[in-house]
Amino acid sequence: MLSAKLISLEQVEDIIDLVRKVYGFDFGGYSRASLKRRIARVMQMKDFTLFDLKSQIINDSNFFEEFLIEVTVNVTEMFRDPEFFKSVRQKVIPYLSSYPRIKVWNAGCSSGEELYSFAILLADEKLYDRSFLYGTDINSVVLENAKKGIYDLKKMKQNTGNYIASGSKHSLANYYVALYGAVSIAESLKKNTLFSIHNLVSDGVFNEFQIISCRNVLIYFTVQLQERVLKLFYESLSPLGFLCLGSKEFLRNDELVRKFRVVDKNENIYQKIG
Amino acid sequence: MIKTKIFTKKLDKPDLYIAKKIRNAELLVIGCSAGGFAIIYNLVQNLPENFPLPVLIVIHRSPKYKSLIEEQLNLKGKMSVKMAEDKEQIQKGFVYFAPPDYHLLVESDGSLALDNSEPVHFCRPAIDVTFQSAADVYKDKVIAILLSGANEDGADGIAYVSELNGLTVVQDPDVAEVKTMPNAAIEKTNVDLILNNLQIEELMKNIDQVKNTTE
Repeated sequence: MLSAKLISLEQVEDIIDLVRKVYGFDFGGYSRASLKRRIARVMQMKDFTLFDLKSQIINDSNFFEEFLIEVTVNVTEMFRDPEFFKSVRQKVIPYLSSYPRIKVWNAGCSSGEELYSFAILLADEKLYDRSFLYGTDINSVVLENAKKGIYDLKKMKQNTGNYIASGSKHSLANYYVALYGAVSIAESLKKNTLFSIHNLVSDGVFNEFQIISCRNVLIYFTVQLQERVLKLFYESLSPLGFLCLGSKEFLRNDELVRKFRVVDKNENIYQKIG
Repeated sequence: MIKTKIFTKKLDKPDLYIAKKIRNAELLVIGCSAGGFAIIYNLVQNLPENFPLPVLIVIHRSPKYKSLIEEQLNLKGKMSVKMAEDKEQIQKGFVYFAPPDYHLLVESDGSLALDNSEPVHFCRPAIDVTFQSAADVYKDKVIAILLSGANEDGADGIAYVSELNGLTVVQDPDVAEVKTMPNAAIEKTNVDLILNNLQIEELMKNIDQVKNTTE
């Protein structure tokens, strides 16, 4: 059976209503086309009809946790888009090196690969001890994985390739310990990190940051929610702080465009100036 | 009544039925992979300026190599050709290519959306994703064309477009440079038209004529 047939766009609205009523969790600002695909994918994986899905959501909060993980996109890798990290290395780091404290927020951090990439980058540049990195996501399960910092050894070939392509002169192996087919992020790299729940749909400012990185998260939101989240980022940045977005994401409205300087057009890095 | 002049390899569907679907159409989606780039290039280059349907194109390409196909076709062709942007409104007169490394989706308000989730059939962008999403919104008002390619991406997409009564067109495997993709689609779905390259060009002209004379 074609997964696209399992649920219609109209029925996706029913699921959004149901989740809002039962869990107070609002998918209303999520892009529907993508959400439909994700929900259909869960239904196919579980061999669920729409009725099964609804009854599981209502009756089983453990299933809902799993549902939340599956419908949100958790595709990530270390130093994903090496050109982006190269640009951060060349255009953002020199600027930050004069700061006494560097606070980084990785919003929608998933299993932590991106946050640890920033941590490694800062360690490479001998700035880690002055830095603190916050990773937030809506899924408690992926956050637990992020905290553990244990990744499949098989993925390290790709990760190492990315790391080298990002312009590092060091070795990625300095930052992890390999054992039993897995790698564990070094404790020295974890000590200045904190992972916690934060929902971009409903939560607000919780600190002031020199870098906010939120890449490939906004594309899953409607334009209205994108605008809300961008405003939240603006308010969470220190003066002259940096905002990093995914390569297909951009500052939605003219008012925000005026408040940021473009640091790298291709890699979508901005600096708050207004 | 306008009669199509398209020669169909299978004759179980009358021309009138095809003509009706063409008249009804509001979106053209095209998918191709290995062996299909030249045809896409040719096809888009020759589309008239006032071609009546917006066009979405999914080609399998690597994000590692910069591709200039949009820029070149925008210069050489008569339609405006661009890489699709997130939440951009679909407009007549435009050809949108799915960006490398992103699935291209259609929202119910007629805007485009990008998605960076898992590859489908090892492909991102995947043809299946765009075809299915386009059919979800445009229902029977979609014309979907699947060309040469080396895997089975697109077959589920064609099946879904057909399920929702859109017009399904597949390049004749006998002339496709790589037959796997068209064959997979034909095996899965009783497609409306199986056409060679000339006939596909003919179909474009036909869409132009039919739509621009009835509107």
